[in-house]
Amino acid sequence: MTVKLLNTNQIMRQVSYALALGVGAQVYFFGSSVLIQIFLACITGLITEALFLRLRGSEIKPEIADGSVVLTAILLAISIPSIAPWWIIVLGVSFAVIFGKQIFGGLGNNPFNPAMLGYAFLLISYPMQMTQWPADYISMGQAADVIFGLSNIDGLTGATSLDHVKTQLTMGIPIQELELNSISQLWINIGFLIGGIYLLLRRIILWQIPVSLLSGVVVMSTALYLVDSNQFASSLFHLVNGATMLAAFFIATDPVTASTTPSGRIIYGFLIGILIVIIRVFGGYPDAVAFAVLLLNITVPLIDFYTQPKVFGK
Amino acid sequence: MQEYLKITRNGLWNNNQALVALLGLCPLLAVTNNVTNAISLGIATTFVLVASNLSVSLFRNHIRKEVRIPIFILLIASFVTVVDLIMQSFFYDMYLILGIFVPLIVTNCAILARAEAFASKNTWDRSVIDGLMMGVGFSIVLVLLGAMREILGSGTLFDQADLIFGDLGSGLKVTFFDQYQGTLIALLPPGAFIGLGLIVALKNLIDSRQMTAQTVANSKATLEPQTN
Repeated sequence: MTVKLLNTNQIMRQVSYALALGVGAQVYFFGSSVLIQIFLACITGLITEALFLRLRGSEIKPEIADGSVVLTAILLAISIPSIAPWWIIVLGVSFAVIFGKQIFGGLGNNPFNPAMLGYAFLLISYPMQMTQWPADYISMGQAADVIFGLSNIDGLTGATSLDHVKTQLTMGIPIQELELNSISQLWINIGFLIGGIYLLLRRIILWQIPVSLLSGVVVMSTALYLVDSNQFASSLFHLVNGATMLAAFFIATDPVTASTTPSGRIIYGFLIGILIVIIRVFGGYPDAVAFAVLLLNITVPLIDFYTQPKVFGK
Repeated sequence: MQEYLKITRNGLWNNNQALVALLGLCPLLAVTNNVTNAISLGIATTFVLVASNLSVSLFRNHIRKEVRIPIFILLIASFVTVVDLIMQSFFYDMYLILGIFVPLIVTNCAILARAEAFASKNTWDRSVIDGLMMGVGFSIVLVLLGAMREILGSGTLFDQADLIFGDLGSGLKVTFFDQYQGTLIALLPPGAFIGLGLIVALKNLIDSRQMTAQTVANSKATLEPQTN
């Protein structure tokens, strides 16, 4: 089999296609509000990037045409609650493009994953809007009203299963008695898993990061589960809830900010997986993908330094 | 006079302790979540800078070189104690808010750096001007950062100003947005780092603009005689 080399634009396009199944699952369960978010995010991303490139005095067209800003915008748009007000996604994407990418010199120079930087910024700055997830299917018109502030969000929101576990456990209810199975979360994660396997088969991403990240999640959650199964959820719960699959195949595999050596990738992914579980279980915020990825992003130069492969013949 | 102007420009711009030397970042980043705190710490730091520069330059010929650093710290620490006690007795609420950062002025590297690099080698009048200008330069950055973070973070300006200005201060408070929920990150440490980074970038931008303007002017000046 010959592997055709893809250019940046084609890679970004393939990754966006691979996201379609997971997004489709989101649309099926919660309505098409996520599509409004993606639309807003892409527009904001393109405008911000064009303005900033102009400010930097560099050429606008080639940098925008590589599609990386669109992918960043899409990733951020599907990570936030789909009924968050419009200014959330606008602020988040602008922050991600300016402080996550352009300020370091554009694509290829950024130490942090821009989408996750935008997500962390939003979660820390606006915790209220960022934790109101849709409880049920919401029609397009209703969603648009909520996003643009025409109608009230009350009654439409609910806790995700990660939130639910957190609040119930603090009330001292053992985990076996909780209703954990969230069918929508399960299918969204399966959607991203299938998309990720497609990317693996197309050799757009390599197996090391997804496999080691998922095994990190399994190892850490199983260890906690064995310590006390009353307090800690099983590893299956952690695999199919929150943004685990999205992180494993789409976020941690970002070629710019991930480790670049074969063994480095395994360490990088494994540590992200472990951190996801630790921050989810013991941290103050319900999901932990953004923080885990950002923490490991900053260690990538060190990991790369110690995992340089031997030069042949030396 | 020319000399004093040069010292002033150094303190306020060319060698600004917060923007160029990047000294004293701990209090700079920690207390600037609103303008009032920033002004208070700025005044306290400026007072200590002036007093320590004056005393170091007066005693500079009596201090043995081998033990100068401990002596400088001793002098600085006595002035910080004075500030600490004054704040405790007259601005007690502000004293509680600033907390550990008032005694920590002793460890502000900017103050020791000016004592060592300037006051121990210059006459008292120059040292006082240097201390004052370095202090004012530092305070301006404190207030600027405090204003940025307060507007973004809580949507107000000069909140709690009555703690240092009395009744006069309570009229100063400006509220920009009603029912503003706040961008929390501006009040948290990351906001301080990002804000300082932006101010440093702005200064560098102005400097490089000036430099290009200067080189253009210079090249014109050298070219013109040839063309004439």
